[in-house]
Amino acid sequence: MAEHHTNEVDAVTGVTTTGHEWDGIRELNNPLPRWWLWTFYACIVWAVVYWIAYPAWPLVSNYTSGVLGWKSRDAIEVQLANLRTQRGAFAEKLDAASLEQIEADPELLAFARAQGRAAFGDNCAPCHGAGAAGSRGYPNLNDDDWMWGGSLEQVQQTIQHGIRSTDADAHVGDMPAFGRDAMLTRPEIVAAADYVRSLSNLPVPAGVTTDLAKGKEVFEANCAACHGADGKGNIELGAPNLTDAIWLYGSDRDSVIATITNGRGGIMPAWAGRLDPTTIKALTVYVHALGGGR
Amino acid sequence: MNMATKVETLDDPGYDDDAPLYEARRKIYPIAVHGTFRRIKWALLIITLGVYYLLPFLRWDRGPNAPSQAVLVDLANGRFYFFFIEIWPQEIYYVTGLLILAALALFLMNAVAGRLWCGYLCPQTVWTDLFQAIERMVEGDPRERREKLKSATRTQRAFEAAAKHALWLMVAWWTGGAWVLYFADAPTLVWQLFTGTAPLVAYLWIAILTFTTYVLAGHMREQVCTYMCPWPRIQAALTDEYAYNVTYRYDRGEPRGSLKKTEALRAAGVPAGDCVDCRQCVAACPTGVDIRLGSQLACIQCGLCIDACDTVMNKVGRPTGLIAYDTEMNVERRLKGLAPVSKILRARTLLYSALILIVGGIMVAALATRGSEGVAVIHDRNPLFVRLSDGSLRNAYSLRLVNKQSMPRRFAIAVDGVPEARLEIVGGISQTENGHPVVEVGPDQTYELRALVSTAAKLPANASLPVTFSITDVAGGETTTAPDHFKGP
Repeated sequence: MAEHHTNEVDAVTGVTTTGHEWDGIRELNNPLPRWWLWTFYACIVWAVVYWIAYPAWPLVSNYTSGVLGWKSRDAIEVQLANLRTQRGAFAEKLDAASLEQIEADPELLAFARAQGRAAFGDNCAPCHGAGAAGSRGYPNLNDDDWMWGGSLEQVQQTIQHGIRSTDADAHVGDMPAFGRDAMLTRPEIVAAADYVRSLSNLPVPAGVTTDLAKGKEVFEANCAACHGADGKGNIELGAPNLTDAIWLYGSDRDSVIATITNGRGGIMPAWAGRLDPTTIKALTVYVHALGGGR
Repeated sequence: MNMATKVETLDDPGYDDDAPLYEARRKIYPIAVHGTFRRIKWALLIITLGVYYLLPFLRWDRGPNAPSQAVLVDLANGRFYFFFIEIWPQEIYYVTGLLILAALALFLMNAVAGRLWCGYLCPQTVWTDLFQAIERMVEGDPRERREKLKSATRTQRAFEAAAKHALWLMVAWWTGGAWVLYFADAPTLVWQLFTGTAPLVAYLWIAILTFTTYVLAGHMREQVCTYMCPWPRIQAALTDEYAYNVTYRYDRGEPRGSLKKTEALRAAGVPAGDCVDCRQCVAACPTGVDIRLGSQLACIQCGLCIDACDTVMNKVGRPTGLIAYDTEMNVERRLKGLAPVSKILRARTLLYSALILIVGGIMVAALATRGSEGVAVIHDRNPLFVRLSDGSLRNAYSLRLVNKQSMPRRFAIAVDGVPEARLEIVGGISQTENGHPVVEVGPDQTYELRALVSTAAKLPANASLPVTFSITDVAGGETTTAPDHFKGP
């Protein structure tokens, strides 16, 4: 269509026009530089090569996998392997050091806490909460009250073997169901509950008359064996301290009565088989450093 | 193409279906010129390239625990050293400040005298200038070049082209080579580069920058300025009638004509312009524009056409300055017989200067009052507080201590604002100072620790007491604080 060539020149810019005209507006012929056009073609070629080489097109139930066989999954495996190598040096140090040494070395402590935080989120948070604050029946690991002991070794022991778990070395302690199993009568249970609450100076609800003397009698006969004559508990048996401000199953009168009536027996699984020793070590240090350890 | 447009194009006899999709590149071989602006450009080229190539070798003593390179970007350790200044990653706002200053300086330059940056300082201009000088050195001036195309043998031309590209590649290689020296100890890296023991990433970056320098300065040249760079477009929107630009004074130059013709006209008493239409201004232009068409996008305002024109004016015995730094407004005023006006001090130049002073002042003040230590506090979010067995309350915090000095320092940590506060640091704290726990932070390092604050005091409901953590350099006494809150039920 050579006869359609135009040499019409726009008066204002001095540039030739393409001949395209819409409502009197004419398109100026300002072509792109040649290198730009080549770059554009190169990009198109690149795109085609990419389609062939790499996963690109979605199919009905699959996708084109590309001749290079690249997979994002493989790329992640490589990254994970690199990460394990990087962590290897620290993991070895962690294995070699005792729990006390880890806590005294700022660098190891930071590494163990970071690893422990991740392991805690994966394994412990469902019961104890993301921040280890616990909830009713699941102890808060930030406080200083430890039914089975809060030293580094005791915490490690608990994580490894669990509480009332299937592990042979698990902590075992049994709070009997004094009411359900008819070991105590209802008035005796109520009196014991009021006495126990008085040990930590909890307020008596309005309209309730307590019989602390009777409660003390019941306590000494039935409870003191595990919780101690002074009610301060026994770590060996997992018997909680009844004189402090922390109540795993609630400190209100009804809760305490329910506890004595039906007994309590929370379960924590043993982690020794599921987590490797290094992770358990890191978890121990993490939990201890939360502030709850003693 | 759909039917409708097809019909329309068939109806339109002016439609050009065969027009090329691209504009063929016009190769530009500027001639060498001599004069004031050429000398300024040589001087700036030597200064800027000298600074770029040699700065990494400048030493600056910072004591035993810090690098002794005056300008160093230490990516591995996250530090930027600039003479007496050391910037940490969290102080990147200094770089933001520098970038703001650079933008404002660009605006001010533009308001005073047009594209000073483009014409004299931009790396693209400086390196292209150098590459063109090499080209002229090897292959001769454009005139010689054209003659050689006819007279010289194929072998001779191939030899010259090879020499030119070899020299270009050498300069390009050194450009990349100098770049990587800013990221590692320069003398060590130079030794490693020559013995082949430098890290792969260094070779890679040298290769990348060799390639970009060779392509951009050797082959792309003015295409970068006219097609790639956004600044000419922005600049056009920022200029005004008082800004000095490289200007062809058409009031003096027109009507143009050959020397013979204009002299004949003058002899006859007819006014004639000074422009002898020798096209030396076009021949000297590195972007190939004709300045006589007026201010335009492709003109980088390097002043070389001024030198070229002045040389011709001296030869033909006319006053110089037919092309000069002038304003469009003054040309028009002279044409009307009015006196030219100059107004350097006007709203925009004053505003840009004031902004530069303010931003610069803020940066200097921030730098001068910057401490050599720091502490940052994050309160535990979950749980916000913990009830202890004796009924007291405890809040946990993460503290990060920063020691910006190149020697280890011991800091005493204290907390203020909570009645009967007890401060505990998790981990191995063996030292105390006046009852406060003390930790040692290594040279130029940070130290993160977990602090537990507990109190047996009775707090009001929903308590949120403002607390202040302070760290005090045991030796120097410098104290830095960070605020937070103590939460209760």
